[in-house]
Amino acid sequence: MNLLGKLDWSAIPLDQPIIMGASGGVVLVIVSILSWVTLKGYVPYLWREWITSVDHKRIGIMYIILALIMLLRGFADAIMMRAQQALAAGGAQGYLPPEHFDQIFSAHGTIMIFFMAMPFVIGMMNFVVPLQLGVRDMAFPTLNSVALGLTASGILLTNVSLAVGEFSKAGWVAYPPLSELQYSPGVGVDYYLWALQISGVGTLMTGINFVATILKTRAPGMSYMRMPVFCWTSLAANLLIVAAFPVLTATLAMLLLDRYLGFHFFTTDGQGNAMMYVNLFWVWGHPEVYILVLPAFGIFSEVVSTFSGKPLFGYRSMVAATMAICVLSFIVWLHHFFTMGASANVNGFFGVMTMIIAVPTGVKVFNWLFTMYGGRIRFTVPILWSIGFMVTFVIGGMTGVLMAVPPADFQLHNSLFLIAHFHNVIIGGTVFGLMAGYNYWFPKAFGFKLDERWGRISFWCWLVGFYVAFMPLYALGLMGMTRRMQHYDVASWQPWLVVAAVGVVVILFGIASQVVQLVVSIRDREQLKVTADPWNGRTLEWATASPPPGWNFAVLPQVRGLDALWNKKQRERTQAQPAQERKFDPIEVPKNSPTGFIIAFFAVVAGFAMIWHIWWMAGAGVIGIFLTTLAFAFRDDEEIEIPAEQIARFEQANQAEIAA
Amino acid sequence: MNVAVAVDDEVRYEARSNASEAGPAAKRVVVGYGFWVFLLSDIVMFSAIFAAYAVLNHATAGGPSGVQLFNQRSVAIETGCLLASSYTCGLMSLAIGARRYPATYFAALITFVLGAAFLTLEVREFAGMIAAGAGPQRSAFLSAFFTLVGCHGLHVTAGLVWLVVMMAQVAIKGFRETVERRLLCFSLFWHALDIVWVWLFTVVYLMGVLS
Repeated sequence: MNLLGKLDWSAIPLDQPIIMGASGGVVLVIVSILSWVTLKGYVPYLWREWITSVDHKRIGIMYIILALIMLLRGFADAIMMRAQQALAAGGAQGYLPPEHFDQIFSAHGTIMIFFMAMPFVIGMMNFVVPLQLGVRDMAFPTLNSVALGLTASGILLTNVSLAVGEFSKAGWVAYPPLSELQYSPGVGVDYYLWALQISGVGTLMTGINFVATILKTRAPGMSYMRMPVFCWTSLAANLLIVAAFPVLTATLAMLLLDRYLGFHFFTTDGQGNAMMYVNLFWVWGHPEVYILVLPAFGIFSEVVSTFSGKPLFGYRSMVAATMAICVLSFIVWLHHFFTMGASANVNGFFGVMTMIIAVPTGVKVFNWLFTMYGGRIRFTVPILWSIGFMVTFVIGGMTGVLMAVPPADFQLHNSLFLIAHFHNVIIGGTVFGLMAGYNYWFPKAFGFKLDERWGRISFWCWLVGFYVAFMPLYALGLMGMTRRMQHYDVASWQPWLVVAAVGVVVILFGIASQVVQLVVSIRDREQLKVTADPWNGRTLEWATASPPPGWNFAVLPQVRGLDALWNKKQRERTQAQPAQERKFDPIEVPKNSPTGFIIAFFAVVAGFAMIWHIWWMAGAGVIGIFLTTLAFAFRDDEEIEIPAEQIARFEQANQAEIAA
Repeated sequence: MNVAVAVDDEVRYEARSNASEAGPAAKRVVVGYGFWVFLLSDIVMFSAIFAAYAVLNHATAGGPSGVQLFNQRSVAIETGCLLASSYTCGLMSLAIGARRYPATYFAALITFVLGAAFLTLEVREFAGMIAAGAGPQRSAFLSAFFTLVGCHGLHVTAGLVWLVVMMAQVAIKGFRETVERRLLCFSLFWHALDIVWVWLFTVVYLMGVLS
């Protein structure tokens, strides 16, 4: 038996200059960052304050950092694909060989969905939801840290595939029989499967944590109908996680059994059923798109209401629409493959359901518009992203309804029209929402605002770049161009693809502006410094200091209605508050724990070992996870107490800062 | 002022006070609730595998079908063991509530033995089928069968390990709050496995020999 399984030196593609250059660069950057951190002596600080932290705010920020790095990685893939397709017309083959191009589009989809959008959304919820609920932490703080660790493990494995071995060539959906051992004998699909399984467990933990947090730990007085809309949409998204991710886990487990133990779930022999994979995948996959977009809807609701200076129009209808989408999202999955050949009645049912799900979304759009109507709108960066979203998302939504008509879908299935549609809703919906949220809550997280000018430049580059990059794809789809083509013979497609490539470059300027925005803002942080409530906000996260202390609220706020902070501010304006000596009680906060980090380490070991068939190492990884859990279960003190004096000191300093 | 201000309904607040306004729930409630949500997700995972089994039920690829393979007597004993272990697990909960150490250990021991007996019978059934050339590689139907029943078996195995760990915790740490919360979760888990088995028994074994 080989001690290293399938792993040997041929796994490293030394003959591929593009791959070696990219991975060499990545390794160089990682090594230089790590050595800089070590030389500066930041390691103990990072370990104590971040890596072992179970504070939801820190964990949220770390999720978002991961997501932003993965945005760069996934975007690099996008540029390579657009460049290839702009070049490879007629006899030309472009600069990417087919097997490399296939890995790139698979990695782009996998990374953008699972490792950019998901961590970004989860990070945003992590940071904001407990603050909006007026509580001190998540229901299960250490579980939260483990979930972050497992997400990071999945990300790490996916990126290791760049240098060691290969990534999947079967697309981000990995349909069998292509993804079966018979047609994909390499380790690429295994990288995909294990990365998703490990991070999927983390996502499920997050989902459970949020459902318990939102339903069981809210500030006194915060009934369901007083929860901020972002909390509602987060609740819906996490209910979807709890109900949908186990299906993905089961489905990928079946594919793993096929590949590792010769089972016949989806194989062409043994009477396996490949279409069952497609069905199960989209039973998870369609709720997944709402997991991504519902929190973004919540962000827009907060932003639109705050910067219009008005309560959200139709709060109750917003809540009802959110929960309607939550339920309906489970009965539309078949529209991803009308061409499967189900009967006309089945296709008809799913077509109609798909059109119906557009109705609650339409309700939301009108609610945002009516919130802005008659408001005194402040055109800050977050509201720009929101307005950009409303226009872009409506276009994307309408092309979606168009494809919900089964006969039309038979023409458009797997064409670039579809690609244009889902980028239109995911970028126009989720990414724009996350950018709005990033600009909106950044001052809460770090105590200073992001630079407005560079924020605006970034927004306009993204918006213009988006339209230039994706509108040509609609036309190409109608002209018959299918997705995932490494080269093509139709010369008339090329001009459109060149335009699309130009659009991607404009988006690149947008991303570069965001980097500049961050750097400039950090440089000018003293001028951009803010106190608790920089936007004249309405919800409880703006009631505590920026950045909030570890315990969030010295005293749990008493909620008396929707828009709790706004109401409090109105009360204080109308009736003078007697100056009072405030008394504080000591607060128990959960103790830091390295459990998440250690479990993530062993998960990477086990995942890597399974990919390369190194069975002893996989066993060691699993035993490591078990022992770490055991050590956590047997630890003695779970919480530390923050003394009342420390809280009083912090509150005094904070009040003085607001007064000044 | 051109700003619409929400009405502060302080008066109605007093009148409307209800459970959803009570503030954060006790740790015990939150942990139990979170674990219920986990069980829900676990049952969703099982239902995906159940669905796969239903689809592949007749995909025997010329190999043996359920009627030829299932041994009703062995499965009946397995079911008896698991259901009885759920009862003893309930007795354990009562013993924990009464803070009685010996009774807790005894009930846990019986639960463990019954669970282990269930697993032994299941492994014997699997080994017999594989020896007879009806392993999971034989057909899509058998792949689904081994995955569905095996997934439940893995859950039972995990439950047994968990039970041992919990008894060690009771012995070392005593009935402190965290230990009690975990014991509560364990018993929820163990009963949920019973529910899954009842479905599994019905769908796989009973309906399997009917058709």
